[in-house]
Amino acid sequence: MIPFIESMRHNPFLGTGLLAGLLASLACGLIGPYVITRRIVFLAGAIAHMAVGGIGTAIYLSTHYPQSLGWLTPLGGAILWSLASAVIIGLIHHRARERLDTLIGAMWAVGMSIGILLIKLTPGYHAELMSYLFGSISFVSREQLLLMAFLDAVIVGALMLFHKRLLAICLDQQQAQLQGVNVLAMNILLLSLVALTVVCLIQVVGLILVIALLTLPAATAAHHAWRMGSLMLIATLLCAVVTTGPRMLVYGTQVSPESAIVLAAGLVYLASVVVERLRRGLA
Amino acid sequence: MTPSTTTTSAATTTPIVELSHVTFAYAQQGSTGEPVLDDVSLVVEPDDFLGVIGPNGGGKTTLLKIILGLLAPQTGTVRVLGQPPAKVRPRIGYVPQHAQIDITVPASVLDVVLMGRLHRSSWGLRYSRPDVEAARAALEQTAVADLANRRLGTLSGGQRQRVLIARALASDAKMLLLDEPTAGVDAQAERGLTDLLHQLNERIPIVMVSHDISFVSTHLKRVACLNRRLTCHRAGEVTSEIIAEMYGHQHVMLVHHEPDCPLSDPGCDHGHVHTDLHLPHATSKPKAEPR
Repeated sequence: MIPFIESMRHNPFLGTGLLAGLLASLACGLIGPYVITRRIVFLAGAIAHMAVGGIGTAIYLSTHYPQSLGWLTPLGGAILWSLASAVIIGLIHHRARERLDTLIGAMWAVGMSIGILLIKLTPGYHAELMSYLFGSISFVSREQLLLMAFLDAVIVGALMLFHKRLLAICLDQQQAQLQGVNVLAMNILLLSLVALTVVCLIQVVGLILVIALLTLPAATAAHHAWRMGSLMLIATLLCAVVTTGPRMLVYGTQVSPESAIVLAAGLVYLASVVVERLRRGLA
Repeated sequence: MTPSTTTTSAATTTPIVELSHVTFAYAQQGSTGEPVLDDVSLVVEPDDFLGVIGPNGGGKTTLLKIILGLLAPQTGTVRVLGQPPAKVRPRIGYVPQHAQIDITVPASVLDVVLMGRLHRSSWGLRYSRPDVEAARAALEQTAVADLANRRLGTLSGGQRQRVLIARALASDAKMLLLDEPTAGVDAQAERGLTDLLHQLNERIPIVMVSHDISFVSTHLKRVACLNRRLTCHRAGEVTSEIIAEMYGHQHVMLVHHEPDCPLSDPGCDHGHVHTDLHLPHATSKPKAEPR
């Protein structure tokens, strides 16, 4: 921890990395409780892996058509693809309940392989692929920070407007429909917010591991609170702790900060399960 | 934001629910299958307390969905409060089986009841003060106001049912439509629920669906027997023959049944209970009821 703080003076990337972790924590803390409540962890995973396809497409197109598509950044591609897959998954979820897991699993794998294929076809980007898959919290640019802040603002704004209706579809979809809520639109909105959260997390833990931060802090919070508001607060704080503490601890060692973050989230959850069991056993 | 002003004047003169010659079949791979409801006509009056009984697969859930406007019949017309049901949906106080609610959702009892105000609620994070007051008043009416801040998962079956009735009342419903209100509720809580429904029926019509004949038949003004076709009876008229015919089964028995006491006489409280009805849950032609 000491070497990290000493290095912060002459390495501004350490500071931006911490800030990125905090910005991602807000998105995770707000959307994670919805993901576990609505039981859409698997759908969130599919959206994350589809985003790899978006990154690959953006890299491929902007390299091969620099004049017309040079503006398309990898994160821009990830946003477009993950939002599109949120809409598609929302529609599939709505219509084809029986084959849902098969279809989602297929999208999961196909989206990711398209991304990897396109990146391989683009010379000079192979190292970058790794940073999107496994995160690179040590090299977050100012633009990426601004993008994350913007995505946070969109998520907060959408929840301010739609929280009542989103909670209603979690509780009782049929009653929500009878109350005039457009259930399909709300489901797609929720998945779209998950998509934006996924993009927020790319730099922090990478697309492969976003599921960990989306679910573990919220699931840990659910052991100790049961109102949506308190779940969000606890999950945000937990996220903030695991994205900063472990990263400082492993600084200067061989352990990659992204793995440390995910392992810490897992350990906190495990400890919480044990505490919960003990408490229930005693009561 | 007040849809009530246009409908209330009509509601006092027109029946609450009016189904005429409704036929409905679920689509089966392109073609329509065998009808689940066949030429069903039904009128619910403003002071009604109607029980719909029938075997599983007899069309009870389908009938509810048609009244709620979630399904449209192939033939026949449906009017609720004198209008197409989809238009007046929030005014129909629908009480689902309590198992339909996800009790693991992080929400309080009050949050659940507030859902009944959702159709009139604006965007934004919180419900307005009048909405919260209406929700609390509804919880008072179902005698569970003290549970407002409890978690849904910690309630008993009877309490949960009362919360769902409160949610229906909170939407200023013009009728209550209950789906198997006594499912998963113990005997004592069931009596409490019955008293509550009687009380509520003084000012609001109630339609409930059940396969629990002992409950339905002893407390209602009218009983409708539904097995693809629907026949209505005044409460005193339902006999074991009618039930046997509907269920297509001769094993329906009425034990402790005194000759001058027709099943389902609402005034029948001279000590004996109608709990010895042995109804087969599946009929001779079992059919899964589609959700």
